[in-house]
Order: sequence, then C-alpha cells, then structure tokens
Amino acid sequence: MLAKRIIPCLDVKDGMTVKGTNFVNLRQVGDPVELGRKYSLEGADELVYLDITASHEGRKTFSDMVRRVASEIDIPFTVGGGINEVADVERLLAAGADKISINSSALRNPSLINGIASRFGRQVCVVAIDAHCGNDGVWTCYVNGGRVPTERGLFEWAHEAEQRGAGEILFTSMDHDGVRQGFACEALRKLHDSLSIPVIASGGAGAFSHFAEVFTEGYADAALAAGIFHSGEMNILSLKNYLTQHHIPVRV
Amino acid sequence: MKIAIVKYNAGNNFSVLCALHRLGVEAHLTDSPEALRAADKVIFPGVGEAASAMAYLRERKLDQVIKSLTAPVLGICIGQQLLCRHSDEGDTDCIGIFDVDVRGFDAAGTGLRIPHMGWNTLTDIKDGFIPHEVENSHVYYVHSYYTPVCQWTAAETDYIVPFSAALHRDNFYATQFHPEKSAGTGHLILKSFLEL
Repeated sequence: MLAKRIIPCLDVKDGMTVKGTNFVNLRQVGDPVELGRKYSLEGADELVYLDITASHEGRKTFSDMVRRVASEIDIPFTVGGGINEVADVERLLAAGADKISINSSALRNPSLINGIASRFGRQVCVVAIDAHCGNDGVWTCYVNGGRVPTERGLFEWAHEAEQRGAGEILFTSMDHDGVRQGFACEALRKLHDSLSIPVIASGGAGAFSHFAEVFTEGYADAALAAGIFHSGEMNILSLKNYLTQHHIPVRV
Repeated sequence: MKIAIVKYNAGNNFSVLCALHRLGVEAHLTDSPEALRAADKVIFPGVGEAASAMAYLRERKLDQVIKSLTAPVLGICIGQQLLCRHSDEGDTDCIGIFDVDVRGFDAAGTGLRIPHMGWNTLTDIKDGFIPHEVENSHVYYVHSYYTPVCQWTAAETDYIVPFSAALHRDNFYATQFHPEKSAGTGHLILKSFLEL
C-alpha cells in the first residue's frame, strides 16, 4: 500500500541550516547535509531544502550543498528557492535534486510550470502555494515568502498549476504555520477533491495527532514540518510508530 | 568489475552514480557501443518520457546495442519500460526484451493520484534477483505508466492494479521503482544485482 509521507523541511542560508536546532549528537549542528542524514535515518520519506540566500555567491554554495545531499543521502529530495527559469532547474537537477519547488516565480510567470514539465516531466515540478484565509472564508495566494498578497485564489491557482503540468502541490496555510494547532484540514480536503495530483500539507504541525488528522481528515498524501522536528520535540520514528498504531500506512 | 551506465537523454545518472559509489563501486557513463559491450554490468537508468527516449536511442543505434548485450543489464524506471515491447506513452515501440506492453494508470473512480509517487511495498518476490528479505519493504516510485504482471515479473506492487515492480529474463533485470533512492532496501537490491 502506498505510504503517507513525512517530509522535514530545511531552510538553508549561505550553506547552513537557519532554524535553531537542539541536536547535540551531530558533528556539525548547522550542516544541512548532516541534518538531512539524521532525518533520513529516523525514517523521513523525503527532504525539502529551501534556499533562502539572496546573494549570487550563496546560490553557488547551495548548488554545492545539493550535490553533497545527492552523494550522501539515499532518499529523494526537493529543492526550492530562487528558481526563476528552466536553466535554474537544469542546474539543480544536474546537481542531483529529484524535484524542484517553485512558488512566487510560478505565480508571476505561470508558463514556467509548462516549461519545466515539458522539459523534465511533471514529476519533477512541485508547485508550492502560500495562502491565507480571509474573514470572508476566501483563501488568497501570497508571494515573497507570504509578505505580498496576489489576486489569485488558492483553489483556482492550484487547479491551473495542475493543468499546466505541476506534479504535486505543496500547500502552506499561513494561518496555521508556526501556531502548532494542527493543519488546515478543511482546505486540504477541498484541494484533494479538486485535484488529481498529490498534495503535500504544510503549516500547523504540533502533535502526533495533527499528522493523523491531516491524513484522515485532510486527505493529504504527505505532511511537511520544520520547527517541530528541528527543535527536537518530535522524533520522526516515534511519529511513524504512532501513525502505524492508528492504522495510517507509513514506511517504518 | 567494470560497470557502465547508459548515457542518453533520460538518465538520472548522477543519483545512480552516487548510489553505486555508496556501495563502493565506481561506474562510468558511456554511450559507446564498445564500452557497453565490454562492461561486466550495465545499468540503464531513466527519468523521462518514452517516445523521446526511444527516438534518441534509435538515432544512435543504442537500442540494438542494449538488445545484444550478454552481461547482466539493469533497467530502472523508464529503463524498465523501454526494455518492454511497447509503451502507451507516446504510442512507442520499445526494445522488446520483455514481450509485454506498458500501460498508463487509469485512476478513474478510485480517488487515487497519478503519478504514483512515494513509497510502496514489494510483494510476491520470485527467486533470483530481488532478495527475499525485502518482501513487504517499501521502495520509492515515481511513474504514471506501468508494466502489467506477466511471465517475467520478479516482484509485484499494488497501486490501482497489481503491476510488475521488477522483471527478469535471462541476463536482463529491471525495476520500476528507484533502488538508488530507496534507502536501505534499495541498497540491498543494487548490491544483489552487482553480485549476480
């Protein structure tokens, strides 16, 4: 049976993971490759690395890191951040990434999705969407790391992304992100019902039960989290044991 | 041991090279017929689309070279599909080692997603290629087309329908999943191929 996936997300700046970690048993606490390896040994199903570096020099460092991840870690990984054209994708795939994730650049230039899918196959192209739910109950997409609202609604943009060749949708609820009160299951369920590609849920993980809910009530195919893993408060193997006990298919 | 990886337009070559390196084996990437024929093992990897991949192989007569190889050959993902007779993807005639036709998944009415993406279990492992110890272990898949179960099936996975997770005929071996991305289970399977 196809397993539900657990995906830690690592933010990388100038070649180092940014979010504070409490792990003492790593040779180098800030090294994204070491951290990724630790997660893969704990049972992570995939990894996501987001480059939050602004400088050109930092981009080169990120490509070098991607190459190291591919060399040393034996599970699939997605990279995102700073991808504006097909050439950026080519560079990251050549460095060994399995998939790439685009967010603001896809909203600004939707044909980028078509370009990536036709060149490398749709399985390579993850479209990440940051959205906020207004008082009127309408979900609006944001760009620039959730700072700038757009005219696009979550569901219609996700549908267009699928039509253009997205292989997966990575949906982050800005309202749930960092609050640790659970995922946006209602919106996730609606995304599931309106799409035929897999949906990765992001934003809101705070307890084992939130992961169970996002799979059973949100119908998510995968769940992504960062802080709860990086802080050491949640161990992926323990999480998967919990999900197994609750009859949710996971890889253990 | 000389390991050759077929160099063509649909390879995820770097990941395969890395996985072999982790097994302590160095492979070389080549599209030279002589180098492929001289290798002790040949890996035919792939991520991509069947029609353009076959067109590329035919143009360079690599399809005939692959067919004529006598050393163990391992096709991976699209590599497995290209070793079959025909693929629904782009209505493509393939190399034809395995006389079975590759079909597209039909998820209508199932609520299941296409592509089949993520970790799924290996079952019904036959003797010889995939180690029995990985029965019911998870391996990593990303694909929208599948090889039906047939006389060459070496292991199965169930997604919408039971399909060929792996194939074996004479010196030709293939996996639909990506052993190079399948953690410890993938490591055991690649090791088993290298020890053939």
